[in-house]
Amino acid sequence: MSLKRRLHILKRKYRGSKMAPAFNAIHTFLFLPDETTHGGTHIKAADDLKRTMNTVIMAMIPCLIFGMFNAGYQHYAALGDIQRVSAGFLSPEFWTLDNFLIGLIKILPLVVVSYGVGLGIEFLFAIIKKHEVEEGYLVTGMLVPLIVPVDIPLWMLAVAVAFGVVIGKEVFGGTGMNILNPALTIRAFLFFAYPTWMSGDKVWVHGAVERAATPDAISGETILGSLAQNADVGYSVMDMFLGFIPGSVGETSAFLILIGGLFLIFTKIGSWRIMLSSVLGALAMGLIFNWVIEAGVVGSSSKFYGLMNTVWWHHLLIGGFAFGTVFMATDPVTASQTNKGKWIYGFLVGFISIMIRVFNPAYPEGVMLAILLMNVFAPTIDHYVVQGNVKKRMKRLKAKTA
Amino acid sequence: MGLLSKKDTKLITDPLADNNPITIQVLGICSALAITAELKASIVMSISVLFVLGVGNVVVSLMRNIIPSKIRIIVQLVVVAALVIIVDQVLKAFAYELSKTLSVFVGLIITNCIIMGRFEAFALGNGPWRSFLDGIGNAAGYGAILIIVGFFRELLGSGTLLGFKVLGDPIEKTGLYAIGYENNGFMLLSPMALIVVGVIIWVQRTRNKALIEDH
Repeated sequence: MSLKRRLHILKRKYRGSKMAPAFNAIHTFLFLPDETTHGGTHIKAADDLKRTMNTVIMAMIPCLIFGMFNAGYQHYAALGDIQRVSAGFLSPEFWTLDNFLIGLIKILPLVVVSYGVGLGIEFLFAIIKKHEVEEGYLVTGMLVPLIVPVDIPLWMLAVAVAFGVVIGKEVFGGTGMNILNPALTIRAFLFFAYPTWMSGDKVWVHGAVERAATPDAISGETILGSLAQNADVGYSVMDMFLGFIPGSVGETSAFLILIGGLFLIFTKIGSWRIMLSSVLGALAMGLIFNWVIEAGVVGSSSKFYGLMNTVWWHHLLIGGFAFGTVFMATDPVTASQTNKGKWIYGFLVGFISIMIRVFNPAYPEGVMLAILLMNVFAPTIDHYVVQGNVKKRMKRLKAKTA
Repeated sequence: MGLLSKKDTKLITDPLADNNPITIQVLGICSALAITAELKASIVMSISVLFVLGVGNVVVSLMRNIIPSKIRIIVQLVVVAALVIIVDQVLKAFAYELSKTLSVFVGLIITNCIIMGRFEAFALGNGPWRSFLDGIGNAAGYGAILIIVGFFRELLGSGTLLGFKVLGDPIEKTGLYAIGYENNGFMLLSPMALIVVGVIIWVQRTRNKALIEDH
């Protein structure tokens, strides 16, 4: 009898006991269970939930690894120890062991804390409420380290994860019932609770906070930050696309996010409708702002000038837009469910992201707030799409019978 | 039992727990969100509402047989407005800084649903003594939630309680701040007050399953 078989028998034996959910969770995590997911309002396909989650995690792994190299690269580049990249994506300055080690030391704890606290709470709730541990946190736990600054104190992350999982998800009934994307709830909590650690020019490069106000001070302003101050951006478009720029851990490389996005579309896990319409929305807003500048309505003295004057398609490369669109707007639980609804939802996510980004320099990361806002409206969009369909069919029926 | 009969005691204890105006009836939320960033403001607000509701209930109860029912809302408004003006003037005279913090929310006690609700639902149909107890009870229930919310928001948001730096000095880096603790700015924003109230509701309904509504 194989180990797997034996575990299945053990699982039957312990069914109904207090620790059963915890045992099952570990069992399910390590082995393919002998049953598939059933129930859960967001399951619309035959895939089981674990496979869906693991596919998304696989799509994010390149971003995580790139983020580790980038953390070290930004650190050493800001110190002046190494040259800026010169030879495109495979530049030797970037892919060094030193860079990777810095990233590993800084980012691995973020991943561990995110999973440790989040899964701990999931286990706790599963035991109290006597339901199975749900796999919902697997993706959230990987998203969270990718969307925070590299130097965020671990206890803050732990508090935020606890808040996000309990208030963002468990109070609504757990995985599949939440209104807001839990990962973004966690980031929004951090952003509003500890703004000094989530914005400004010190937090994006490892070591900058400790060195502030000393002769060795370094800084790494994000591109959005520079643009909001109408300052020059010291990065080429290629740097922006490939991701050799300061920013949250895993969101800098639009190139790898694009690959991850294509992978999600290919495996039919992520909705291409949401991704495409969101990009269209962002481009539309970018174009509108460019026209406003061209028409001369806003002069170069305006505080919005820098961001408004950004070439319309550059908005896709800078900030967290690409990451949010591919990995978070497409969250099957919180996005719209109907196909027509997905187009509307995605378009508004993109449109509003850029609008917030430009009009509110205090919240340069518009995509987070835009997705959270649209999460709230997604059920309403679905409702009207469904009602519209019902009306159309009623009319057809009437025409037929008349 | 002494001073209060069993029925009268219930008038005071009920709104404190199982019929709380904020967590069960979900009234008076607006002020609970707006002024609870500091514990001191919460306490003063609670006392103000206690005064307005206690006295107002008695006055309305005394007049209940002579108020024509068609204009009773206007009469009630006059009573509560008069009382609120007294509170406002007293605050301005003796605690000017605090009345600045509370700003319009003292005036907005007039529109606090709890007050009009108690006038309508209780004082118009009961004697002055029972109305007084009902007013005190409901205001205490309201105040209790305000003070709980104010306590957590000030402690976690500013690291102080009633202005005392209980967690140490954030600038000098003493106490908890020495080991890297930082104040939670989100606690000072109104959305967090709503979440704190929500958590209180959650705890209360978990302890008493009878409060959970059927759907």
